[in-house]
Amino acid sequence: MTEAIDVRPVEILLVEDNAGDVELAREALRECKLRNNLHAVGDGVEASAFLHRRGSYASRPRPDLIILDLNLPKRDGRDLLREIKEDETLKRIPVVILTSSAAEEDIIRSYSLHANCYVTKPLGLEQFLKVVRSIEDFWFTIVKLPPR
Amino acid sequence: MALRDWPIKQKLTAILLLISFLVLLLTSAAFVTYEVVAFRQTTVKNLSTLGRVIAANSTASLAFANRADAKEILSALRAEPHVVAAALYDKDGRLFSSYPADLPGDSLPAAPGRDGYRFDRGYVIGLEPVAEVGSARLGTLYLKSDMKAVSRTLRLSAAIAAGVMGISLLAAYLLAAVLQRRISQPILALAETARAVSTRQDYSVRAPKLGEDELGLLTDAFNQMLGRIEEQNRDLRKLITELERSNKELEQFAYVASHDLQEPLRMVSSYTQLLERRYGDKLDDKGRTFIAYAVDGATRMQRLINDLLEFSRISTRGKPLQPVDVNRVLGAVRGNLSLAIQEVGALVTNDELPTVMADETQLVQLLQNLIGNAIKFHGGERPQVHVSAQGAATEWIFAVRDNGIGIAPEYFERIFVIFQRLHARGEYPGTGIGLAVCRRIVERHGGRIWVESTPGQGSTFFFALSTRNGEQAP
Repeated sequence: MTEAIDVRPVEILLVEDNAGDVELAREALRECKLRNNLHAVGDGVEASAFLHRRGSYASRPRPDLIILDLNLPKRDGRDLLREIKEDETLKRIPVVILTSSAAEEDIIRSYSLHANCYVTKPLGLEQFLKVVRSIEDFWFTIVKLPPR
Repeated sequence: MALRDWPIKQKLTAILLLISFLVLLLTSAAFVTYEVVAFRQTTVKNLSTLGRVIAANSTASLAFANRADAKEILSALRAEPHVVAAALYDKDGRLFSSYPADLPGDSLPAAPGRDGYRFDRGYVIGLEPVAEVGSARLGTLYLKSDMKAVSRTLRLSAAIAAGVMGISLLAAYLLAAVLQRRISQPILALAETARAVSTRQDYSVRAPKLGEDELGLLTDAFNQMLGRIEEQNRDLRKLITELERSNKELEQFAYVASHDLQEPLRMVSSYTQLLERRYGDKLDDKGRTFIAYAVDGATRMQRLINDLLEFSRISTRGKPLQPVDVNRVLGAVRGNLSLAIQEVGALVTNDELPTVMADETQLVQLLQNLIGNAIKFHGGERPQVHVSAQGAATEWIFAVRDNGIGIAPEYFERIFVIFQRLHARGEYPGTGIGLAVCRRIVERHGGRIWVESTPGQGSTFFFALSTRNGEQAP
């Protein structure tokens, strides 16, 4: 499905404070056929700096997909989501909420803030890996994204 | 407007005026009566004095039978215009002379009656003996006087009485208008305060106290009552605030449970599994079993947390009660359980079910848990579940009957307690939340839930939902 000219790897920004989950996501994407670069940041402030290429993130690429946890230290995921979706240059980047919260208010709030989809982290390892791979598969092989 | 609907001001004024009027009327009547009686006595006295004088003057004319003289004497009565007729009779009772000259003969009695003065049809009739001092009787003087003076007096005194009464009533009205306020004002103030309280729900207002009498006591009692209500309201508000806070804390706890408690759990489970995945070939069977236990424990823990969350949400996420057709609810439950029903070939039947006041989502959950249990705890036979409803006086009693394994009586209460299970997890899966949720839902609807069962023959779960505000039971 990948077109021949499109050789550069997909850039994924994972905003996740739990190192365990970052590791699991890497595990899932390592076995993936699509070439990808996973950039992980631990909180909302770091994520914002990454997106705006501030400070040490100056040379980082613009991500093709953002996987965002809601409950983050310093700056919470909801706040970051609002910033992204209100920013003319960032708003077209799909944002996948990947969180352990299954609370209705979180789901409603996220979609109200224009999250592109909301996924609850499954408990089992296999399911988790499958979910991360499905996200990647869906957003990079099934969905048509705007040109970079 | 009926008297009892009059404003209290008018009532008081009317009562005061009525009493004043009656008192004045009686007083005036007494006054007029006294005047009239006294005047009549005076009239009689005056007439008798006149009679005695004329009688004394007439002795000579009667003694000498001098008619001209007699006529002259009588004509002196012209000076007394109220004397309308007079006559002299001789000692044999024959008419001797009369006054005035043009008096018709038949207007005089043929013979004089008994001596003395009496009232006769608006006139005073006097008969005075004519006699020389110390000698025999010569005749009788007849005098007839009209009562015009009396009626004049009567009219005058009546007019005076009416005038006094009018002025007194006016004074009484003015006084009543001023004085009734002493009574009506505190009552009206009380009523005004009561109205203010009920319309504005403001229990901080107080009725003004205008005296130390019974109305003052009433005002005090009313104000005290308001004070107590205000105090109770304050306590209630405080309680509500506390409840809201504790509810919020519970919500917060539920959220924490759903998120923060699951994070580490997920780590435990994911990484034990990753351990198995990466290093499984380096472990023996025992090692792999240990990992399975760890994963199973974490999975169970997560289910328990989710169940607890669901349990806590019954009251915090409940929707308002609305009329719900239970037939439709059962249809939804059949749909949700279709897999389980097909799997064991269960037969779910029902009678015609009523419409009740309920939270539809929760009613679905209630029936789903009960029917789900009925299917899950089936015996050797093909599971049969029957749902029926019976209308009692103030409630509908629903019954979910099965032919399953049944429950021993000693567990009838325990099964409704959260996380209480009667069977090993290997036998029947589940955390033991289902019936606790059922009970919580029924209680939120103001109803009851109970079970009747014979082990080995099946169970019937009953729940009663009130018909208040809803459809009346037949």
